[in-house]
Amino acid sequence: MSILAAGTRAPEFNLHSTPDQSVALKEFRGRNVVLAFYPADWSPVCSDQLSLYNELLEEFARLNAQLLAISVDGVWSHAALARERKYHFPLLSDFEPKGEVARAYGVYDEQDGVAERALFVIDGDGVICWSYLSPMGVNPGAGGIVNALETLPSNNTQKTLPSGQA
Amino acid sequence: MFSADATLTMPVSAHDHVQGNAHAVVTLVEYGDFQCPACGMAYPVVKQIQRRYAGNLRFAFRHFPLSQAHPYAQMAAELAEAAAVEGKFWAMHDWLYENQDDWVADGAAGLGTGVRALGLDQEAIAATLRNPDIDARIRRDFMGGVRSGVNGTPGFYVDGRLFQGDFEALAHGIGRLIALQA
Repeated sequence: MSILAAGTRAPEFNLHSTPDQSVALKEFRGRNVVLAFYPADWSPVCSDQLSLYNELLEEFARLNAQLLAISVDGVWSHAALARERKYHFPLLSDFEPKGEVARAYGVYDEQDGVAERALFVIDGDGVICWSYLSPMGVNPGAGGIVNALETLPSNNTQKTLPSGQA
Repeated sequence: MFSADATLTMPVSAHDHVQGNAHAVVTLVEYGDFQCPACGMAYPVVKQIQRRYAGNLRFAFRHFPLSQAHPYAQMAAELAEAAAVEGKFWAMHDWLYENQDDWVADGAAGLGTGVRALGLDQEAIAATLRNPDIDARIRRDFMGGVRSGVNGTPGFYVDGRLFQGDFEALAHGIGRLIALQA
């Protein structure tokens, strides 16, 4: 199965972000979601990638978007990583059944048993409006995400409103 | 070696901090963070590349502070911009990288050492640091980098294309481009 393309309804999920908290996609209706699948906690490329996104949370908020990152690692690994790297966004655990959400989005690497490095921008109606699969070892940066968010009709309208009419 | 996808969206202009010949055959742009150890390691490599290719190379530095990972990176970038107002951007850039281990260990106080080392007027610097333009400029560099596909620091662009590889390959890549165009 290949990566879900723009125009597809984003598969729902409800995953643990900490041992006693979970996050469901449908909580974000009316807001945009940046979904970042990554192979593993602690590997250098992922960490750089997530550290970059961590710097962009204000920018994402300005574009009415919430960042969610997903790997197959367990919640305790996520908790330690978030603390060490000072991440201020949820790391979701696609742990049981392992990789189920990554599979639903068409980004599960069966051979290595990890999520691929894949990005999705999901609009406020729960529809994928941009997706991107990066080679495993390549940090895709955030240019594509920012561009996809800025071209969403909801973000465009705000921009073209005459000043004082927000 | 050069990314096909990630290209520089903000061309080098009069707003940039630039060293070298405006008519140089190759332009190297670095997106850097003054507290980033990898940028610290890249610093002597860039100096060496600048010496080797001299008049054939133009070098521009843009800010890309990863403030969550490096708590003093933003302050250091602001200080470099304040020094720029006094005509000392490059002196401060060099000082911050050459003394990275020392000032980072002392944090904000360590940055004060840089102000004194360069003989800058502390009150003038403090006043400049309150100017919101300083912050806006750093943010503009940062977001321009994000849009261009910078994925970590240091991020190097050679003639507008993101370089991916080790430092030795960077020097060779630049050398080859110069040989092709000179």
